[in-house]
Amino acid sequence: MSWEVVIGLEIHAQLTTKSKIFSGASTAYGAAPNSQACPIDIGMPGMLPVLNQAVIGKSILLGLALDAEIGKRSVFDRKNYFYPDLPKGYQTTQFEFPIVGQGKLEIELEDGTKKVIGVTRAHLEEDAGKSVHGLEQGQTGVDLNRAGTPLLEIVSDPDMSSAKEAVAYAKKMHELVQYLGICDGNMQEGSFRVDSNVSVRRPGEPLGTRAELKNINSFRFIEKAIEIEIERQIELIESGGTVVQETRLYDAENDTTRSMRTKEDANDYRYFPCPDLLPVIITDEDIEAVRTTMPELPDAKRTRFVAEFGLSDYDATVLTGSRAMAEFFESVVGLTKEKDVKLCANWMTSGFSAALNRDGLSVTESPVSAEMLAGMIERILDNSISGKIAKQVFEAMWQGEGTADQIIESRGLKQITDTGVIEALVDEVLANNLEQVEAYKAGQTKMLGYFVGQIMKASGGQANPGQVNKMLVAKLK
Amino acid sequence: MSLGKTEVEYISRLTQIEVREDAVDGVAEKLSNIIDLFAQMEAVDTQNVLPMAHPLDAVQRLRPDVVTEVDQHEKLQAIAPAAAEAHYLVPQVIE
Amino acid sequence: MHNLTIKQMSEKLHAGEFTSVQLTQHYLDRIAKYDAELNAYITVTPELAIQMAEEADKKLADGSAELLTGIPVAHKDIFCTDGVKTSCGSKMLDNFIAPYDAHIVTQLKKVGMPILGKTNMDEFAMGSSSESSYYGATKNPWDHQAVPGGSSGGAAAVIAAGLAPLATGTDTGGSIRQPASFCGITGIKPTYGAVSRFGIIAYASSFDQAGPMTRSAEDSAWLLNAMAGFDERDSTSLEREKPDYTAELERSLDGLKIGVPAEYFGEGLDADVAKVVKTAIAEMEKLGAEVVEVHLPNKDLAVPSYYVLAPAEASSNLSRFDGVRFGYRCEQPKDLTDLYKRSRSEGFGEEVKRRIMVGAYALSAGYYDAYYLKAQKLRRMVRDDFINAFQSCDVIMGPVAPTPAFKIGEKSDDQVSMYLSDLYTIPVNLGGLPALSVPAGFAQNLPVGLHIVGPYFSEAKLLNIGHQFQQVTDWHTKTPAQYQ
Repeated sequence: MSWEVVIGLEIHAQLTTKSKIFSGASTAYGAAPNSQACPIDIGMPGMLPVLNQAVIGKSILLGLALDAEIGKRSVFDRKNYFYPDLPKGYQTTQFEFPIVGQGKLEIELEDGTKKVIGVTRAHLEEDAGKSVHGLEQGQTGVDLNRAGTPLLEIVSDPDMSSAKEAVAYAKKMHELVQYLGICDGNMQEGSFRVDSNVSVRRPGEPLGTRAELKNINSFRFIEKAIEIEIERQIELIESGGTVVQETRLYDAENDTTRSMRTKEDANDYRYFPCPDLLPVIITDEDIEAVRTTMPELPDAKRTRFVAEFGLSDYDATVLTGSRAMAEFFESVVGLTKEKDVKLCANWMTSGFSAALNRDGLSVTESPVSAEMLAGMIERILDNSISGKIAKQVFEAMWQGEGTADQIIESRGLKQITDTGVIEALVDEVLANNLEQVEAYKAGQTKMLGYFVGQIMKASGGQANPGQVNKMLVAKLK
Repeated sequence: MSLGKTEVEYISRLTQIEVREDAVDGVAEKLSNIIDLFAQMEAVDTQNVLPMAHPLDAVQRLRPDVVTEVDQHEKLQAIAPAAAEAHYLVPQVIE
Repeated sequence: MHNLTIKQMSEKLHAGEFTSVQLTQHYLDRIAKYDAELNAYITVTPELAIQMAEEADKKLADGSAELLTGIPVAHKDIFCTDGVKTSCGSKMLDNFIAPYDAHIVTQLKKVGMPILGKTNMDEFAMGSSSESSYYGATKNPWDHQAVPGGSSGGAAAVIAAGLAPLATGTDTGGSIRQPASFCGITGIKPTYGAVSRFGIIAYASSFDQAGPMTRSAEDSAWLLNAMAGFDERDSTSLEREKPDYTAELERSLDGLKIGVPAEYFGEGLDADVAKVVKTAIAEMEKLGAEVVEVHLPNKDLAVPSYYVLAPAEASSNLSRFDGVRFGYRCEQPKDLTDLYKRSRSEGFGEEVKRRIMVGAYALSAGYYDAYYLKAQKLRRMVRDDFINAFQSCDVIMGPVAPTPAFKIGEKSDDQVSMYLSDLYTIPVNLGGLPALSVPAGFAQNLPVGLHIVGPYFSEAKLLNIGHQFQQVTDWHTKTPAQYQ
């Protein structure tokens, strides 16, 4: 008998603010322990929260991008439980009245089919601190730097029916929040965390009991963890067992999921409106003001790249993979006077992307600027250098040797277009390869490529290949 | 009496307040007396009344997104019961 | 010196008749003499007081002094005070040296008011008698067998006994007004949001409000001027122009409409107290005021509503006391749960634990709607009663408490009867309204206060009424024989 899989995701996106959601402490990553935990973050007696303005606009942006209702009146609640990384004994979050209501996100699967995933809600909340082990025997250390960092928790409807769909949704949301500039998307630093609620059922039956998979910091592992969890649940039920509602951790080393120690009565959080905070009111004017700052979203950008630049779907997808990549590409196209969008696209998707990957850099960290890449492409287009030489030039730019023009000049890489020089090279090669000339004349015309190669080699790659070709054909007649 | 041993133990866990075995009955009685006071709320018709969380109909004021706090962990940890290497210490937590 | 009004004291400081150091020393001497018996202070800060008095004297000398500069003050031990133990009357915070100042502490420091010390209170402000303090009960200066009221009982006692010219208090369910009534002093709870809560150790955040506790309404007006005002660090602080609370003191009461709710003079009110209150209202009429009957039909719902909501907020507010980052930690915790449970059980007193447990219960699964949400609805009904009543009157007058100060130990074992004794003060906190208690006479040789409740932001009017009353009565100048 077949099984149906039901998956919903809860994504915690850290908002890119300078200060915390309720205090003026910095949110910068990687600071010395507790150096960014102020009395408010630590929950010291008498300390009070005041809401950071920046989180409102960022939430509205996401809401608009998800075509969601914006909570015109949202309320902060307290979620009460004890844990060392939770300084006040409650987390300030939004329970009944979230800032973003029902919305949706369209995903595309590998086979090209599209599916709309419902987004139940997105609410603002504060992050907790971190526990550190091994400082002292038998003790756990608590670093509260992260406590109070603003999070948007984005909750999906249970609309996904495979690990692949879940990952497609997570990736799409990951791309979206970065495009919107509301989250840096860094999964290693925990800026974008995905919790998966997984359950299975027989078709037509009510929802099964779900298990929650937490703290998985790569898309690949999310996919594997969900697949393994589905298998585990099916096997369990088929062997007569029942799934219990619990949190499970993915163990990448052994490729299994295991139960987290369950806390007694952990679910009676006693939510109630935080009396230290007042309702947040968002007006239509606020929403319209945010709408004017809405950047072009990935899907729209992809469609435009295909329509406006005549790019293939593949190139358009790669070039819109991140907002930074797309903006870089558009800058390069804009900066080249003689438009050859395909050439720009090729350089972006091959040489440029390869170099970034090789050095583990992001687009914004690239040592080659859009101006520099455009400058080099111009030299290809005006025949100053060949595509092959351009690879040398690009690598030199990457190593910080200067602009394309400076490198061509200093290394003497300018293409040879002088007919006299080329003719001398052609004559020399033909004179040294009499047998091959005979063969060519006997009908083996593919020898032409051999001659071109020899001539290019003799010129150190600098001879203009077009001219070489033309002259060869003439001489061999 | 509206509260029994089970309830007292449950609230004790929620609030992390220990109630010794021999004190459970006494605590249950005291809490029940207070909770009995709530009973007179039941009869009141509140169907058309909105809950009131705050006395004034004020709305949340927003703070500009600027860093105003400086590192003062040494001062703050001077009054901590247990700290080491700038961390607060608790008995080991196993996850 | 200690029988002067604040205005007189200020005039003499400015005229150089005495210095702030002399004035401060005078109070420190009185504290040394009397407080061992009274137990009104948890902490006395003589060095800090004298050092601040010296700075105040410089201000007085160089002409930068304000009216309150150089006049010492006693802070309730609920206000965080940088470098000074701030215990909130609890063992939990017996070792807590606050690393920052509460907003009002900062404000009064700026003016140059020397801090005499921190006054005793019910633990975490939960109580109406100041008996639940970890530091022992404060005695009523009028009768050492009686309680001073609570939770700001220490503050009321130091004013009544002349151990400070001015004191700060907080009022969550009556904690300024009831001790003011019991000790024969003047105290005002301002409109919720008028005084910043920043640095006040929270009991119930949507009720807590700080205010002055003084000998007269005029003194309160001066102190409130220094305490009130917008503070961006408190989201519930009101962003509005700060009035001059002394501006209306001299206005006539001619034409004032006093609402007197029949419900406030029913069963349970001590006959002697009722007589004092009625006599005081009659005095107001002589001053030109007119009495109208008003109704507060839902007043009996206030106590249950409050005792759901305040403990619910408290149960959450007090979760931060977990033995991890500050405050009491139990010896040798064997694991995390042991650390939490023993630190909290050993650090909190019985009443605090009870309210935390009641509050958690009211919020727990299955009870939220029946208790918490219902109580929030009743809160609105009680508030709306006032708003309706103020359609036909300017202020409402009645008793502060049903009896004069009761005996120490008399109610400490019967919480419910203690809770019910807050029936006149609690409705005001539910509504977030301002209210004043002024000394109005004696019952059974103990002081009795008159309760004057006004619409939002009517503090200046309430102080005006109190001041005019105090121009024709002398209850507020009376002091217990042994403290004269």
